[in-house]
Amino acid sequence: MDFLTDPYAVFLVRWFHIMSGIMWIGLLWYFNFVQIPNMPKIPDEQKPAISKVIAPAALFWFRWAALATIVFGLFQGWQLGWGRDALALGFTTGSAKMMMIGFGMWFGIIMAINVWFVIWPNQQKALGLVEVPAEDKPAAARMAMLFSRTNTMLSIPMMYSMIAGPHLM
Amino acid sequence: MKNPLESLQNTILLGLAITIVMALVVKYTF
Repeated sequence: MDFLTDPYAVFLVRWFHIMSGIMWIGLLWYFNFVQIPNMPKIPDEQKPAISKVIAPAALFWFRWAALATIVFGLFQGWQLGWGRDALALGFTTGSAKMMMIGFGMWFGIIMAINVWFVIWPNQQKALGLVEVPAEDKPAAARMAMLFSRTNTMLSIPMMYSMIAGPHLM
Repeated sequence: MKNPLESLQNTILLGLAITIVMALVVKYTF
């Protein structure tokens, strides 16, 4: 199994981690900075273009990119041998670098949990991908929006610590 | 009362505030 920790394997996993992370956070920012704020400006008869076509496609890549980012990230932690120390926020090793990257890992894990267990189930209701009574849809849409916005907030310190861990500490 | 998370500006400011607090924790813990 030595090939799994070969320097080139470590590089490949980092490459996949960063690419899937860009896809995830890129789509998160698309939702929060482009789609949600502009929905009220779209005439009602044109709204289905977003809610029936664009949003479901964006959500597909969004949630799978989130999962891929976490899987590649945790695997990278294992490859490099400090995954557990980082998840322990550096208290096991007394390392600021581990605490910094550990903050980023926990922010990312919380965000991925929000994606899969709050945003996605509520979006399925809001977009009509699963059958729910019409009066339940606004509450589901609001819940998805609030957690999406929470993730936008968390993405700022997440990315700070992801980059500061290796490059500032 | 309007939920503070309703506003994207507040969201970004909160994210920056968390970043600053987190950076200070790391700076002064080790």
